[in-house]
Amino acid sequence: MARKVVITGLGATTPIGGDVPTMWANALIGVSGAHTLTADWVAKYDLPVHFAAKASTPATEILSRVEAKRLDPSSQFAVVAAREAWKDSGITEVDHDRLAVAFATGIGGVWTLLDAWDTLREKGPRRVLPMTVPMLMPNGAAAAVSLDLGARAGAHTPVSACASGTEALHLGLELIRSGKADVVMAGGAEAAIHPLPMASFSSMQALSRRNDDPEHASRPYDRDRDGFVMGEGAGALVLEAEEHALARGAHIYGELAGTSVTADAYHITAPDPEGLGATRALKAALFDARAQNTDVVHVNAHATSTPVGDKPEYTALKAALGSHVDNVAVSATKSQTGHLLGASGAVEAVMTVLAVYNRKAPVTINLENQDPEIPLDVVTTARDLPAGDIVALSNSFGFGGHNAVIVVRSTN
Amino acid sequence: MASNEEILAGLAEIVNEETGLAPEAVELDKSFTDDLDIDSISMMTIVVNAEEKFGVRIPDEEVKNLKTVGDAVTFISGAQA
Repeated sequence: MARKVVITGLGATTPIGGDVPTMWANALIGVSGAHTLTADWVAKYDLPVHFAAKASTPATEILSRVEAKRLDPSSQFAVVAAREAWKDSGITEVDHDRLAVAFATGIGGVWTLLDAWDTLREKGPRRVLPMTVPMLMPNGAAAAVSLDLGARAGAHTPVSACASGTEALHLGLELIRSGKADVVMAGGAEAAIHPLPMASFSSMQALSRRNDDPEHASRPYDRDRDGFVMGEGAGALVLEAEEHALARGAHIYGELAGTSVTADAYHITAPDPEGLGATRALKAALFDARAQNTDVVHVNAHATSTPVGDKPEYTALKAALGSHVDNVAVSATKSQTGHLLGASGAVEAVMTVLAVYNRKAPVTINLENQDPEIPLDVVTTARDLPAGDIVALSNSFGFGGHNAVIVVRSTN
Repeated sequence: MASNEEILAGLAEIVNEETGLAPEAVELDKSFTDDLDIDSISMMTIVVNAEEKFGVRIPDEEVKNLKTVGDAVTFISGAQA
């Protein structure tokens, strides 16, 4: 019998709240974190997209100046979210050799990299600061969190584009199940609202161009959706072996009952139109959790609001859940937060855990005319979930054909 | 040309920026490593920022000779001359 893994701490810094209570309160009301960007680089580079969902509380307002200086913005978000989750877990004593970190990113230290490149070109190599590489490396966030917590059972960085955050939870579960750790700080962080990724995603036609109305730009499942909205921030979850949590009398939010990761091997960016890889991931995650498809009451969907992405996820959900898909309350919280790329899976995992724990599905905003080809039961006002034993899923898919799914089971 | 007092104040500002140490803790007789607990990466960051601020070049092989704040002030003052 595999070790049971429970969730005992939550942290988040997002476009709709700088901590978990604020984010969750907003998620149930339904607010948009997307706004017109005021940075001068938007006009300077004549970017086709003028808006994004920035973190509502800048990390530099929370961290000390010296801490912030040595961390890329993505790692700053990671430390902020991880500290909140750690405090929330109530862990006061832990065997640091049995505490691991699995902290993901999709893009990593893009601000640090490109700022240093500007410095090199304008001022020469002598002016490139020695901390540049430790700040830009993709494992910077995991390393910063490991240092902060004294986590010595390994600090890992799953990188699978927009599936990264969910893959971190998959890895965290495996680390505990396999006995390599008793406690894992799992999460994801991203800070890529930078002109280069914005320009690249724009060239790809992946971003919404609703410049005159940013708050209504992220509209998953809507007939008039035209792309995703860039978001930033981090999510963090304390995963703990059940016996470890029980021994210290921990408050338990729910069980991370199963996870799965698959690859499409179909196309570098386009999702498999049949959703075959996603279907396999869903089925495997349910099997891993020893859950029946009929146990599922809620899905926090990947649903980024792109014309091509939202439908294959529906196809996959239908294939994996069968006709039961009609009974599932589906929330597309990217409608509120925008797309936090490598952090999205972690933030949405926090939302999924809270949905199961509070028996409340968060809101999908901006759904005015539902795409008739995606007849999901989409939650547009906060909705009660049933009492008793329930199961919820959170999906993430990433460029490269990455599919990751987690299964959260109620324990209360 | 900055006076030694101005160089010390400028260095204290750079050290504060990098490490958070109070500027008044940065005194001439203080050792960067032993007293101010500045590691090698921070030291190089301070050197790069000092070069920019004072318009001097501090060769890498010279950095290891800058044991105290006073050593750095003397070197920068000489390099500016």
